[in-house]
Amino acid sequence: MSYPAFQALVKRDLRLFFMDRRAVIMSFVAPIAIATFFGYIFGGAANDRPPSKIEVAVVNLDNSDIARKVVAAMAADATLNVKDRALEEARESVRGGKTTVAVVVPTGFSDQATRALFRSGGKPDIQLLYDPSHATEVQVVRGVLMQHAMEVISREAMSGPSSQRLLDDSLRDSNGSKGMNPADQATLRRMLEGVGAWNQRQAASPAAAGGGGGGFTMPYTMTQEAVTARQGVKYNSMAHSFAGMCVQFILFMGIDAGMVVLYQRRSGLWKRMQAAPISRYTVIGSRATSAAIVAMLIMLAVFGFARVVFGVHVEGSFAGFLGVCLAFAIMTSTFGLLVAVFGKTPEATRGIAILVTLILVMLGGSWVPAFIFPQWLQTVSFAVPTRWAVDGLDAMLWRGSGFDAAVGPIVALLAFAAVFGALAVWRFRWETD
Amino acid sequence: MLEVTGLHKRYGALVAVEEVTFVARPGEMVGLLGPNGAGKTTTVSMIAGLLKPDRGEVRIAGGVVRGETDPVKLRIGLVPQEIALHDELPARENLALFGAIYGLRGATLSKAMDAAFDVAGLADRAKDKVGTFSGGMKRRLNLAAALMHSPTILLLDEPTVGVDPQSRNQIFASLEELKRHGKTLVYTTHYMEEAERLCDRIIIIDHGKVIANDTLAAVHKLIPSVNVLEIGVENAGTDGWLDGLRTLPGVTAAEWDGSVLRVTMRDLLACSPSVLVWLRDHAYTCSFLGSQRADLETVFLTLTGRSVRNA
Repeated sequence: MSYPAFQALVKRDLRLFFMDRRAVIMSFVAPIAIATFFGYIFGGAANDRPPSKIEVAVVNLDNSDIARKVVAAMAADATLNVKDRALEEARESVRGGKTTVAVVVPTGFSDQATRALFRSGGKPDIQLLYDPSHATEVQVVRGVLMQHAMEVISREAMSGPSSQRLLDDSLRDSNGSKGMNPADQATLRRMLEGVGAWNQRQAASPAAAGGGGGGFTMPYTMTQEAVTARQGVKYNSMAHSFAGMCVQFILFMGIDAGMVVLYQRRSGLWKRMQAAPISRYTVIGSRATSAAIVAMLIMLAVFGFARVVFGVHVEGSFAGFLGVCLAFAIMTSTFGLLVAVFGKTPEATRGIAILVTLILVMLGGSWVPAFIFPQWLQTVSFAVPTRWAVDGLDAMLWRGSGFDAAVGPIVALLAFAAVFGALAVWRFRWETD
Repeated sequence: MLEVTGLHKRYGALVAVEEVTFVARPGEMVGLLGPNGAGKTTTVSMIAGLLKPDRGEVRIAGGVVRGETDPVKLRIGLVPQEIALHDELPARENLALFGAIYGLRGATLSKAMDAAFDVAGLADRAKDKVGTFSGGMKRRLNLAAALMHSPTILLLDEPTVGVDPQSRNQIFASLEELKRHGKTLVYTTHYMEEAERLCDRIIIIDHGKVIANDTLAAVHKLIPSVNVLEIGVENAGTDGWLDGLRTLPGVTAAEWDGSVLRVTMRDLLACSPSVLVWLRDHAYTCSFLGSQRADLETVFLTLTGRSVRNA
C-alpha cells in the first residue's frame, strides 16, 4: 500500500466531506435535532416532567352525591384531565380526537352500585366511549375509575348516611333468601351485623373507631425507583434518543461515502487512480478510513452536544463507550464500501441503500427501544449491527455498565465490519459493468 | 517507446478492438482517428491498464504492466475523456492529490505542481476552485494533472472536447512543447483537423480495426488522386436523394451536411460535368461550386464510405 497516496486520498475525502455543507448539516445537525425531539417526547432530559394527562370527558347522568364524589376523585387524579360533558358532546369530542375516553355514569348509578356491593342483582353499567387509536389509555382510565369508584362506594355503603338502610335491606334480603346455604347465610348475616355495629360506633365517635372514614381503600402503597447507573442518577431519555439517532445518521453518512465512490467512478477520477501504480487496497482502505474518521467525529460532536446541553453523561465505562463508538465507526465505513461495490449507478443505489439503512435502524432499536419488540423480533434483531451499537451505547451511557458489557457489542460490530470489508474487497471492480 | 501488438477486446458479440498494432516513439505524436464508437477509447484504456485485453500486449519502454502497483505505470500519464477533477477543490489541491497518488511529496511535489501549472497556463488560478473554471481551463488542468509525475508516454483521450478556440490552441501549443521534450503522445480524436495539425503518424480506426497506419503524408498518398467537389445546393432532397448521384461513373462518395454537397471523385475533370448535369436534370439549384484536395475527412470517407462525423 502506498502511504503517500493513502494519506492524500484520506485527506481528500475529509476535505470534500467538510466542504459539503449539506453533508455536514445532515451528519451533525440532523441527529441532534431529531434526537432532541425524540428525547423530549419520551421524557426529556431530567425525566421529572409530569407525564401528559389523558383527556377524559365525564357524562354524569346520575348526578347523585356518590357519583359527584367519584367524578371529583377522578378529576383530582394526576393522570387524568377530566371535563364534564353532555352525552352527544362527549361522543363527538371522542370522534374528533379531542378526548381520549368518555365515561358515561348512568342514571341510578349510586343506588344500584351501593346495593350491588353486598347483594347480587342489578349492577349499574358504566359506559366507556374511547378513541380506538388510544387503546392503552383506556386501560389506564378503567383502572383509575375502578379505584376511585370502589373507594367512594364502599365508604358510602359502610359509613355514609344511607349505609344503615343499605345494611338493613341487605340483611332482609339475606334472611329471605331461600336458595342460600344456611351456613353461608349465617356468616353473611354476622358480617353485615358487624359492619352495622362498626358503622354506629363510627357515627358516635369517629376517633374511637379508628377514624379514616370507613369503606375500602387501596390495601397497599407503592414506591417506584428507576434503576439506573447509580442511586441518585436519573434516567435521561435523551441518552437513548441520541444513541439511536446517532446510529441512524452515521449510517446515512456511510451511504453517502459509498455514493461518492460511485460518482467518482462515473466522473473519470477512478481512471486516473487506476492508471497510477496504487492498489485497490489503498483505494478501499483510504475510503474506509476517511468514513470511519468522519463517523467518529460525528459521534463525539453529537454526544458532546448531548452532554453539554442535556446532561447526557457516560455513566458506564468511558473506554467501553469509545470502543463501541470506534467499532461502530469502522462498521459504518465498511457498510459504505458495500454500497459502493454493489451499487451500479448512484441513482439506482441510493433508494435501496436508504431502505436497507432504515430497516437496520428500525430493527436496531434506534427509533423505539428493542425491548418493546415481540420476542421473535428481538431475537432476529441481533442479526443486525445496529442492535449491537444501540445496546452498547445504552449500556455505556445510562445503564452505567462496565467495560465488560461493551466487549460483546464491540466484537459483534467488528465482526460485521470484517464481513462487510471482505465482501467489498471481493466484489471490488475498477470499472463499471 | 510504446509498442502495441495485436490488441483485441470483445464485449459479448461486439468486437470493440480487433488486432490493433502500432508503435509510438519518443518525440512522436500518434493520432488515433475514428468516429465515436470506433474503438479509440477502448484501445487507450487497454494501453493505460484500465482494461484487460482479451489478447495482445502493451510494452512500455520494453516492460509489460504486471499488477496494479507495477512501477512501469509511472511512465504513463492519462488524460481521460472526462474532466477527472474535483470541482469543489482548488486547482492546486487537485494537482497535489494526483501528484501524491504517484508518490510525490514535499519540494518535489511543489516543483511538479509549478511545472504543470506552467504547461496549463493556469498558475494565476492555482488557488481557485476548479468549479469556477471555464470548460477550456478545466481541460487544460485535466492535462496538467496527467503531467504531475513527468510520464514519458502521454495518453490523451479526446482532450479538446467542448473547448473554446483559445484553450484549444493553448493545449495544442502545450502538446507540441511536450513533443519537443521527447514525450511520446497518443492522441485520440474525431476532429480531423486536429490530427492533421498535430500528429506525425495517423492511425485510422473503424469498427475496432486499423484501416490506415502511417505518417500524415503517406496516408494522403493512399488516395493520391482523390478530389472533392463542393456544391451549395439550395433545394436539397430528402433521404436517398443522392443515391443516383453515387452511381455515376468515377464518383466514390457523395455526402450532404445540410448546406454543402461534397462529391468525392478520382478525376475531377472527367466526373465533374456528369455530376453537374445530374443535378441540373434533377432540377436542383446550385448556389456555389468549388473543389479541394482530399483531407483526412475525405480519406476516411474514401476508406470507409462514410463521413467520420456521421459514422
